[in-house]
Amino acid sequence: MKTFVVGMAAMLGALGIARAQGKSVVEGIAEYRKMLEDGNPADLFEAKGESLWKTPRGPKNATLEQCDLGKGQGVVKGAFVELPRYFADTKKVQDLETRLVTCMETLQGFNGADIAKTPFGRGEQANVTALATWIAAESRGMRFSLPQGRVEEKKSYEIGKRVFFYRAGPYDFSCATCHGQDGKRIRLQDLPMLTKNPGDGIGFAAWPAYRVSNGEMWSMQLRLNDCFRQQRLPYPNFGSEATIALGTYMGVNAKGAESIAPSIRR
Amino acid sequence: MKKPIRIVIAAGAVVAIIAGCATQQAPSSQDFDREAQAVMKASFRDQGIAKVDRLDQDLGQAACSSNKPPSDAVAERIMVEARASVKWPAGGQYFGDWREGEKLAQDGRGMTWTDSSAATSANGGSCYNCHQISKAEISFGTIGPSLYNYGKNRGVTDLGAPAAQGVIEYTWMKIYNGKTSNACSNMPRFGHAGVLDQKQMTDLMALLLDPKSPVNQ
Repeated sequence: MKTFVVGMAAMLGALGIARAQGKSVVEGIAEYRKMLEDGNPADLFEAKGESLWKTPRGPKNATLEQCDLGKGQGVVKGAFVELPRYFADTKKVQDLETRLVTCMETLQGFNGADIAKTPFGRGEQANVTALATWIAAESRGMRFSLPQGRVEEKKSYEIGKRVFFYRAGPYDFSCATCHGQDGKRIRLQDLPMLTKNPGDGIGFAAWPAYRVSNGEMWSMQLRLNDCFRQQRLPYPNFGSEATIALGTYMGVNAKGAESIAPSIRR
Repeated sequence: MKKPIRIVIAAGAVVAIIAGCATQQAPSSQDFDREAQAVMKASFRDQGIAKVDRLDQDLGQAACSSNKPPSDAVAERIMVEARASVKWPAGGQYFGDWREGEKLAQDGRGMTWTDSSAATSANGGSCYNCHQISKAEISFGTIGPSLYNYGKNRGVTDLGAPAAQGVIEYTWMKIYNGKTSNACSNMPRFGHAGVLDQKQMTDLMALLLDPKSPVNQ
């Protein structure tokens, strides 16, 4: 709450300065974001995530240091910018969060289904978010390059594209309603165009992110969950195929974009 | 002359073999379409007022679910069905209070799984999310066109004048079911989908068309 108040004060201050100096509102908001970058609370989640990776935990009292995130056991650097990808052991395309749950299950003995059912920000689900934050940070500045060599990976992209354009619900919205055109906004919020590479650090390349408006760390699964909420659709299950396929679609489209995750957002 | 013919036959055979393999191995676009439907059905659950039946698509939703527009024939059918869906306001009373309309235009709430009720009284119009409307509100979205001076730009100076009737009916249809004039319009069908009731829509009509509304100053 305190962070929220400080954030709002900073934003109003930046907007006030922008108006006084005759700058556009958009420039004022860019300035506000710049001010926020000086201290991103995501740092705290990063530190927590690194500690969780290296600390023996769970029924098997083991660390996650042998977890294979796609580049071999224990390789963290560069893993984030190649996910979602296919994993031979689970025979599935997995995103970072579902892959972490697999490792927590196989290495540490946690119950993966229980974690998937846990609300965001609680219990082991909060730990998954912290782990994802640290793992993303280890690839900061690297460029997205998702593998698409396997039939399953290509299929995930094709399914993701169709999920992206799927219109339904009382408002007839799809992801494309807001993210299918260049240079659009909801209120003052710029909307990334996600059917192509939206640029460095934009869209898929910005999450996980610390959200100033509610003082929470948001993973990509939670980001997508809230998109579907605002789309007025029902609740997407954590790690469901639709969410992973959307990740593949956005990640492949973002090929070459620089990751700035974990970033800070409104 | 005989040699080239043999080559052509051989090349034809190779093409046939490759085509044969391709149909066995690579899934078609239609296969992905079917699979995506199954994935959608398997990936969601009920939460509060947002039940999984919201994934069921009507003709227009299904036909506008790709990066390609529907065929002219399908688009026409969507628009004809949309026009048939429109219920006109009781007693020809199109106009409520533009002040109430402004409140509704500002209000982006409604119909999410964190909203406790799907009743029209719990919903806003979310208009500023996508449209510029009155000049005073600088926090507006740009997915839809600017509606500033909506009535004025269309020459509406007297809501009772016969000349204004066409614009009035068009605007009502647009709010009630925007697919009447654009098969794949991004705009929610506020009347048709039961998001707003008749009274709320008349308030929005006043906001857009009343010469006294700040929209037309």
